Amino acid sequence: MTSVVTERIQQAWTVLQQVPDPEVPAISVCELGIVRDVQQADDGALEVVLTPTYSGCPATEVIERSVLDALSAAQLGPARALTRRHPAWTTDWISDEGRRKLREYGIAPPGRTTPADTAPIRIVRRQREASVACPRCDSPQTERLSAFGSTACKALYRCLACREPFEHFKPI
Amino acid sequence: MTAPSITPSRAPAVRYLLRLADLCLIHAQRLGEWCGHAPILEEDIALTNLSLDLIGQARALYTHAGRLGAADTGGQPLDEDQLAFLREERDYLNPTLVELPHSADGSPRGERDFAVTTLRNALVATWLRLAWERLTESSDEEVAAIAAKAVKEARYHQQHSADWVLRLGDGTDESARRMQNAVEQLWRFVPELFEDDEVDAHAAASGLGPAASSLKEAFDAEIAELMAEAQLKAPAVGVFRSTGRRGVHSEHLGFILAEMQHLQRAYPGGAW
Repeated sequence: MTSVVTERIQQAWTVLQQVPDPEVPAISVCELGIVRDVQQADDGALEVVLTPTYSGCPATEVIERSVLDALSAAQLGPARALTRRHPAWTTDWISDEGRRKLREYGIAPPGRTTPADTAPIRIVRRQREASVACPRCDSPQTERLSAFGSTACKALYRCLACREPFEHFKPI
Repeated sequence: MTAPSITPSRAPAVRYLLRLADLCLIHAQRLGEWCGHAPILEEDIALTNLSLDLIGQARALYTHAGRLGAADTGGQPLDEDQLAFLREERDYLNPTLVELPHSADGSPRGERDFAVTTLRNALVATWLRLAWERLTESSDEEVAAIAAKAVKEARYHQQHSADWVLRLGDGTDESARRMQNAVEQLWRFVPELFEDDEVDAHAAASGLGPAASSLKEAFDAEIAELMAEAQLKAPAVGVFRSTGRRGVHSEHLGFILAEMQHLQRAYPGGAW
C-alpha cells in the first residue's frame, strides 16, 4: 500500500471517530464497534465496512449516510458503505471509552456477554440476572421495568437507591 | 395504474427462505396491530420491538432469496420490497399460525385478546430460536450470518413471551381462563410447523437449513415445560393440518395483504 493510501485511510478513521451514533449520540460509530474496516478499492473509492447492531435497527441507513457525508465533507471521497454480517455484532465490541461515555450520558453500559447468553432459555429456576449499576449513583440496587425500551438495544430500569429511571444497553 | 404482481422463483432454496421470511413478516405485521393498543405501555413498546426485529430479519432473508432466485431464473434480482409487497396470496409461504387474528374466538371481528398474542409469541419465538440456532450452521454463508444475528434477538423474544405465558397462565382466574382458551384456539395450527415436504428435504440435504420435523423434539420439550409451569393443558392433536407453508392460507391472510400491499400497489415504487 502506498503511503498516500495509508494516510487517506488513517484520516478516514479519524473522521469516523467523530461520527455520532444517531440514536445514542454520546458515542461514535467507532466506539460502538460497528465500523469493522476501512479500505481503498481498486476503483479508488474508500470502502467503509459496517456491521448492523440489530437486524431491524432503523438507524442502519442513517449511519451509512452520516458516515459517507462525513467522509465527503472531509474530502476523502468518493466513498461507499459495505455491510458485513459475519461475525455478528456484539456489545463486547463497544470500547471502554464508549462505555464510559454511555454511563456519563445516563445509559448503563452492557456487561460482558457470558456463556449463559447461549445456554438454553430457562423459564423458571433461572440464574439471577447480573445486577445493573445505576449510571447516576452507582448503586447496584436497581430493578428492571421492561426488557424493551425506546430503541431495540436498550431495556428500562429504575434505581431503588436514588429512584431515578434509566436505560440499560442490553448485552447481546 | 397499479403495480403488477411478481412471481418468485420456485427453486426449493428460494421457497425455503421465503417460508422463513414470510413467517417473520406476517408475524411482525400482526404484532404491529398492537401498536398503541397494548394493555400496558411497556408491552406496547415490547411488541413493536419484537416486530421491528422480525421485519429486519425478513428484510435480510428477502434480499438474499431475491439473489438466489435471480441465479435460478436469470434477470434482475427481486428486491426486498417486491418480495414483501407484490406477491399474490398463494405465493406467501408462512405457516397459518402467524396469520390468525388475535381474537379469543378466532374470528376476524372479535376483540383482540392479549392471551392469544402472548401464547402465539411464545410458540413462534421458541420455534424461531431453534430454527435460527440450526441455521447458524447453514452451508449458505449469508444465511448463517443472518441467523447468527437473529438468534440473539430470538432469545430475548422467547424469554419475554415465555415469562408472560407463565405470568398469565399461573395468574388470576381470568388470566388463566384466557390463556387456556388461547391454547385451545391455536393448538391445532402447531403441527404444521413440523410438517416436512420436498422443500425441507432439499434444504436438509443441501445443508441450507434444518427440515421442519427435526425441530419438533426440542420444541415439544421446551413448550411442555413452559405449559406445565404455567398450569396450561395441551389438547389432543387431531387430524386437521393447516397448509400455509404450501401457500394455501386461511381467510385471514388476504385481509392482511390488502392492508400491507395497498400503498405499493397504488403507488408503484413509492418510497419515503
